Amino acid sequence: MPIQYYLFLSMALFCIGIMGTLMRRNAIIIFMCIELMLNAVNLLMVAFSKMYGDAQAQVFVFFIMVVAAAEVSVGLAIIVMMYRKVHSVDINILNRLKH
Amino acid sequence: MGLYEILFWFLTVMALGCALGVILSRNPISSVLFLIATFFAISGHYILMNAQFLAIVNIIVYAGAIMVLFLFVIMLMNLNADTEPQKNRLIQLAGVISGGILFLVILGALRNVPVASLERTNTGIGLIKNLGKVLFTQFVLPFEISSVLFLSAMIGAIVIGRKE
Repeated sequence: MPIQYYLFLSMALFCIGIMGTLMRRNAIIIFMCIELMLNAVNLLMVAFSKMYGDAQAQVFVFFIMVVAAAEVSVGLAIIVMMYRKVHSVDINILNRLKH
Repeated sequence: MGLYEILFWFLTVMALGCALGVILSRNPISSVLFLIATFFAISGHYILMNAQFLAIVNIIVYAGAIMVLFLFVIMLMNLNADTEPQKNRLIQLAGVISGGILFLVILGALRNVPVASLERTNTGIGLIKNLGKVLFTQFVLPFEISSVLFLSAMIGAIVIGRKE
């Protein structure tokens, strides 16, 4: 299987994540799209690790997963706090920094 | 077309279709379920590329822990109704167009990369024995630092989520 197929697959997944981040207004779905982008990068790194026969990229994927888990726990806590304050997860409400 | 290619195309179509389902479905719960299906497809790709340890870790950590956290938050806040106002078509169109343009730009930039096939050699690289050796010799300091990161993330989540 040529490396290009994995390249294009992870590119398509990354761009779907970017589209979702830009077009949805729900903060939780935006968060899930960020997870999708992280997974696209992970897939590409595993493909390169397979191409070069090197285990270091897979260790990096492992660390990306660690950071993603920490990020999700803190980010969901922030979303819960935001929901308690404004009773919505719409990110259009969170533009008070602008004023 | 052997079994490997059939599995590759099946998993690719599943990953892309479920990723589109994540961003197109109205209900946040079905978005989470589509995202879990995407993670399973990506884990299948990891197994096809002989990264068995990462496939299992992907299922356990992402589909098992992170997505359960998402489901808990959505269900605790009772968000499974469609709360999203769909009045702003222009922003959606702009998002789709800019994402598609980014896709085209990267596609044009990477169209002519030299062909390198992924041969099925050196198959033991993704096993836990090999990865553990690399992780605990070369990457032992980042490993320990990531435990501090987890501790700080745990404390941060508790402090942020606490009711005052």
